Amino acid sequence: MDFKNTSDFVHGFWNYYVIVIVIVSIIGCAVFLWVQGSAKHKPGEVTGHVWDENLEEYSNPMPNWWRWMFYITVVFALVYLALYPGLGNMAGSFGWTARGQYEAEMQAAEVQYGPKFNQFLEQDIMSVAANPEAREMGARLFQTYCAQCHGGDAGGSPGFPNLKDGDWLWGGTPERIKESITLGRMGVMPPMGTKPDMDAEQVKDVVHYVRSLSGLTADSVRIQRGQELYPQACAACHGVDAKGMEAAGYPNLTDKIWLHGSREDKMIEIVTKGITNQMPPYGEFIGEARVHLLTAYVWGLGGGVKPVAAQ
Amino acid sequence: MLTHAKIESSNTLMIVLTTLILVWGGLVEIVPLFFQKSLTTPVNELVKPYPALQLAGRDIYIREGCYNCHSQMIRPFRAETERYGHYSVAGEFVYDHPFQWGSKRTGPDLHRVGGRYSDQWHKIHLLNPRDVVPESNMPAYAWLDRPLKEPNIGAKMAALRKVGVPYTDQEIAEAPQAVEGKTEVEAVIAYLQGLGLALKQTR
Repeated sequence: MDFKNTSDFVHGFWNYYVIVIVIVSIIGCAVFLWVQGSAKHKPGEVTGHVWDENLEEYSNPMPNWWRWMFYITVVFALVYLALYPGLGNMAGSFGWTARGQYEAEMQAAEVQYGPKFNQFLEQDIMSVAANPEAREMGARLFQTYCAQCHGGDAGGSPGFPNLKDGDWLWGGTPERIKESITLGRMGVMPPMGTKPDMDAEQVKDVVHYVRSLSGLTADSVRIQRGQELYPQACAACHGVDAKGMEAAGYPNLTDKIWLHGSREDKMIEIVTKGITNQMPPYGEFIGEARVHLLTAYVWGLGGGVKPVAAQ
Repeated sequence: MLTHAKIESSNTLMIVLTTLILVWGGLVEIVPLFFQKSLTTPVNELVKPYPALQLAGRDIYIREGCYNCHSQMIRPFRAETERYGHYSVAGEFVYDHPFQWGSKRTGPDLHRVGGRYSDQWHKIHLLNPRDVVPESNMPAYAWLDRPLKEPNIGAKMAALRKVGVPYTDQEIAEAPQAVEGKTEVEAVIAYLQGLGLALKQTR
């Protein structure tokens, strides 16, 4: 259905219904004004109201300047209805619509700002990141679209990645960052990893082994037992060396960066219940030019990785 | 002749004439709206009745007074559509009884919040907004992480069907199952994630 069409009465009757009521109302007002204005008033006549025992009200006509202002509103209504929509399906000679005004506003903005955005679209991410004006534009876009999750300073919070530390779940090259913003990302860890029959003790063992990889406190006996479980429970995704896999968003378990915090109980909960973490897609919503600027801004926050060809 | 004195000293006459004037206004301002396709039919096939869990979430949204601070009405101005997405159109709200347009924005508009943030973000944010947005002045709704109690969900859907929401018998029969074992915060998140999807891809 075409929702841009506003004159879409279910039946032609309603067009005439509106026209008749509007015209009758306007003419009625004019006639009423004329009748009231031409009524004969005898000086000294009172309305019949009495307040406070003997306070009465003269029935004088309205001052002429006031009456004429009402006549002017009648004329205004007729002129308005000739120029603007309002009389049934009539569009008015100006052809004005709320949607038309919105589209004109968008077009004016495109003329004014479009070239500014598009000039950067032609440059590669690293040059854009080096441009102070582009950085400022990117910073503003970041505050509008990204700060709610990644924080105003891009430092992230538990569950929402820090974008300036050089650690990337899905890769830190310009192409990978752009892909993350455009299409979004979905990270999924199944409950118990790839060994669904683990009991609570075994989960704890595996967690202690993983903790030991980055120097977190861990029980040495549990580390031993966890190490034996690790290949079967975790290695398929996080790798035999536990360094993860950037192509699929599997986190590195050997560094000191813990997206969901490094508390033992939190880690046990994640292994037991699994976890799903999502970055929503923004490509369709904000368009390629803005994605390009945001990519450059995020890449330039300090953690960006140079593309292979440029290294 | 109807004089001041006659009208103003008769209750009946005053009531009748006042009513006539109001009815006249309503005849032209309200009545035609019921006979416009863009106001009474879904804008596209993506506009669907709220599934049971989303409907339960909608009721919590109302209970907690979310509409006091959040509108669900994106106006056709560039400043709004850049931030929120496509402006709202009437055909998106045909199954909203009552609609949640709101009239005040202490927080942002929520009409196209569906898909903007992850479920996890919403959960953290609803239970304590400061955990993800330190500058936020939204109250924490910490108590929402409790079991959802919706024994009458089927009856609610049947009532909505009476006012024109096309729920099927099967949807109503399966409703209690759909909300079984859920928490309140899950229902609210389901509701929020379903908002405004009909024109999400329209620029």
